[in-house]
Formats: sequence, C-alpha cells, structure tokens
Amino acid sequence: MKKKQLKKAKYYEICLPWLLPILLILAWYFSTLNGKNTLLPSPIKVIHQAIVMIENGQLLQYTFISAKRAVLGFLIGGSIGFALGLLNGLSKTADLSLNTTIQMLRNIPVLALIPLMIIWFGIGEEIKVVMVAFGVFFSIYINTYHGIKSLDKGLLEMGRVYGLKGFPLFVHVIFPGALSSILVGVRLSLGTMWLILIAAETVAADAGIGYMAMTARELMQMDKVVLSIIIYALLGKLSDVIASALERRFLRWRNA
Amino acid sequence: MSEEEKGYRIKIENLSKEYGETSVLKNINLEIQPGEFVAIIGHSGCGKSTLLRLIAGLEEESEGQILLDEKKVSKIDPQVRYLFQEARLLPWKTVLTNVLLATPEKNEAKAAMALEKVGLINKKGNWPGTLSGGQKQRVALARALVGIPKLLLLDEPLGALDALTRLEMQDLIEGLWKEQKFTGILVTHDVSEAVRLADRVILMEDQTIKMDLKITLPRPRIKNNDSNYFEQLILSKVMHIDFNEERFQKEKPEYLI
Repeated sequence: MKKKQLKKAKYYEICLPWLLPILLILAWYFSTLNGKNTLLPSPIKVIHQAIVMIENGQLLQYTFISAKRAVLGFLIGGSIGFALGLLNGLSKTADLSLNTTIQMLRNIPVLALIPLMIIWFGIGEEIKVVMVAFGVFFSIYINTYHGIKSLDKGLLEMGRVYGLKGFPLFVHVIFPGALSSILVGVRLSLGTMWLILIAAETVAADAGIGYMAMTARELMQMDKVVLSIIIYALLGKLSDVIASALERRFLRWRNA
Repeated sequence: MSEEEKGYRIKIENLSKEYGETSVLKNINLEIQPGEFVAIIGHSGCGKSTLLRLIAGLEEESEGQILLDEKKVSKIDPQVRYLFQEARLLPWKTVLTNVLLATPEKNEAKAAMALEKVGLINKKGNWPGTLSGGQKQRVALARALVGIPKLLLLDEPLGALDALTRLEMQDLIEGLWKEQKFTGILVTHDVSEAVRLADRVILMEDQTIKMDLKITLPRPRIKNNDSNYFEQLILSKVMHIDFNEERFQKEKPEYLI
C-alpha cells in the first residue's frame, strides 16, 4: 500500500513539470491550424524541418560547432575566473591590487564590446570564444571569491590546530567550503554562456545555430528560425541538468 | 614510555596579553603537573579563553612565556589538541574521515578505534549534519584524542549541550583522561562541572588568577555534601558572598525517605 503511494508520488513528480510545455505546444499547434498564419510556422512544419536537417547532417554539424564554441569559451573564461577568484580570495595583496579593476570591468555589458571585438578578432572563431569566455569569467570569479571570503573561520582555525596548511588545507577545508558557492557560479555562467554565444553567432558567423537562425530569417524560413530557438532551449536545459547533477554529486553532504 | 611523558608539564611565567590598549591578561603565573586536570572558571571576559588560546599557540603573548615541558610555546604543537565550544567538524567529510584528518599517518584503524571509544563507531559513515549536538562533540573528542595528545584544551565544549548529555560527556572525558593520562585544561562557566572533573580549580577575575583550589574529592566523584562544599566555596568567591563554613557543615540535609 505504502509502496504504491510512493510510486504514485514519484510519477506525479516526474510528470507535472512537463505538463505546461505540452500544453503550450498544443496551444501553438491549434493556433496554426487554419494555415493563414505566416509569421508562426506550425509545430508539424518545424518537426519536418528538423527531420530534413538531421538527415542532411546540417543540424548535428551546427549544434556541434555551437557547443564546441560554448564549451571552449566556458573552459577558458571559467578557469581564469576560478584562478583569479582563488588568488584574490586567499591573498590580501592580490585582492587589493586586482579586485577593484575586475569589479569595474564587470559592469561593462559584454554585448557592448561586440564592435571592438569584431575589429580585434574579425568574425572567425576567436570572437565567439573570447566573448563567451569574457561573459562566463565574471560569475565564476565572483562566486569563487565570495565562497572563499565567506568560509567558516572556525573551520580554518580547526585546520590550523590539526596542522593543516598550504595544499592540504586547501584540499580538505578551503575548496570544499567554497564549492557550493562555486557551483552556483557555474550554474549562472552556463546560462550566460548560451546567451552570449547566441548574440555572437547572430552578429558574425558562417556556421552554428545562430548562423542558421540568421540566414533563415533573411530567407523568411520561419520553421528554421523556430527550430534554432528550440535547440537553444534544449541546450540550455541540458547544461542546467549537468550543473544540478554536479551539485547533487559534490554537495551530497548538504542533503543529509 | 614513563608515566611522566604522557602529559605535558606546563609552566606559565609572568604572562600578559594586550589587544591594542585593552589588557586581557595581567601577569599570570601558573604551574600544572603532567597528567593534571585543571578547570578554569570565571565570568565572561575574564581572559580565560585567551589564556587557553595562548597555551595552544593560536595567539601570541605580549609579555612573559609559556613552557610545555621546558619548551617555549611559539607555534601550534601537534601534541596539543583543542576542543572548541562548537564541534567544528568538516560537514563535507564523513564522521570517520573527519577523525582520520587528525592522524598524520592516515591510519583508518586508529580512527575507528577512537570512534569506538566515544561510542560512535556505528555512525562512521554518516555526514556530521545528521548527528545531534552531543554526538558531534563526541566525534570532535575522538578527533582530538586519536593522535594521543599530551595536552587537551577544552574551551567550554559542553556549554551548548543539554544537561543530561553534558553529564554523559563529563563521564566520557574523565574516562578517556584516566586512560590516556594527558594533561587537561577545561575552561567552563559551570562550577559543578569544574568540581566534577578537575584536580584543581582556578578562578580568574580582572585578568588575573584570584584563587587556586585543590579539589581533594576521591574519584569517581558523586554529588554529595563534600562536593557541595567545594561548589559553594567556589561560588562564594565567584559571586563575592561570604562563605560561612560552620553553617554549611551544621546544616546536614534531612531525608524524608
């Protein structure tokens, strides 16, 4: 009896989040039924377009190129942000000499840099990677820095009493203590990552999802435009799933 | 290993500590024998915690010196362990790995044995977040004692526990102290805890030592007229009230049953 109830509850938890998206798609479908709406393609047409593009390999290729840019930019910006966050969190001298400058740069909207970036890097691969890296950098930096600054001083003192210093102190006390904040940064920056990549790809690209959306718009291929938006949404959801899996794995102790 | 090597002999000479203009400790002189258990009591802000932190090497003295077995305290000594008021367990490590942290050779069998002694071996895989306050403090005690320290400093470790758990913890601490024979210094607000555990009770007031009293009661100690006598004597000094010894001894309690 109890088991049955539990199963029911689980079923409920899995299904409910998907109810609204399904309703929205149904509403979308019915609003395009009369065929007069040229500004919004029907879901059937979008699915058809997806199948065509999967068959000719374009969809996979564009998704792969976009994902590669996103991941590369994330890794570069993320590791610089993490390293600087650590450095400024741990060293007072570094903090005093660098933090003000970084906080100033943080307030520049990344998208405002596009003209400058085009002149510096052209419209090749570099500009997308650099812009994603720039955007990702700040959320990782801020959260790493904050995570270290808000460490429990009592635990640090305990570490000292037990003779921990240098690398062992970092591994056992500092890093795990800052990790929940760092993972918040990772989660936020994954959102920023796609946002900036879309903008960068729409401005200047010769491949990728943003490029696909831009060329489709010029040719009024609405099904392709909508398809690229859906793919972005799916990629965004995927990165969120990865981020929360990381949290579940590394912050197990919090749910205990 | 001879008996004397199991605990540190502590010698404090002309010790003073100031934070800027504020004096926290004034000219403290104190000797503690190896294996002795000393309780320090006093009002908040009398400098007792600072004294403990100085002995631990967590802070630097302004004047004077502290000697552990004739060696001047200058940094944190691996043979000195400290129990804080909070357990200060790393929440991201299991109970066993928390204790393991304190064994330099990462000896899992030793860590398990220490947990066995505090009666928590069955919780070794738990996260500290799942333990009660008393259990956390017991893990902290296991962590402190796993390396067989020569000196255990206890900074009100039982202050946040409920009364019954506190009594259990006192028994546990006394038992482990008898077994391992380390020197112990307990800072506390609780006069009966001091009389229950200590060989000597030191009263601190106005940044200095006001009383140094030997507790001559036999162990294991129980609450009786004799322990009440000591408690009342210490309380009268803490609270600045007259201690009327005659009245105390004449008025034996009357039992109804």
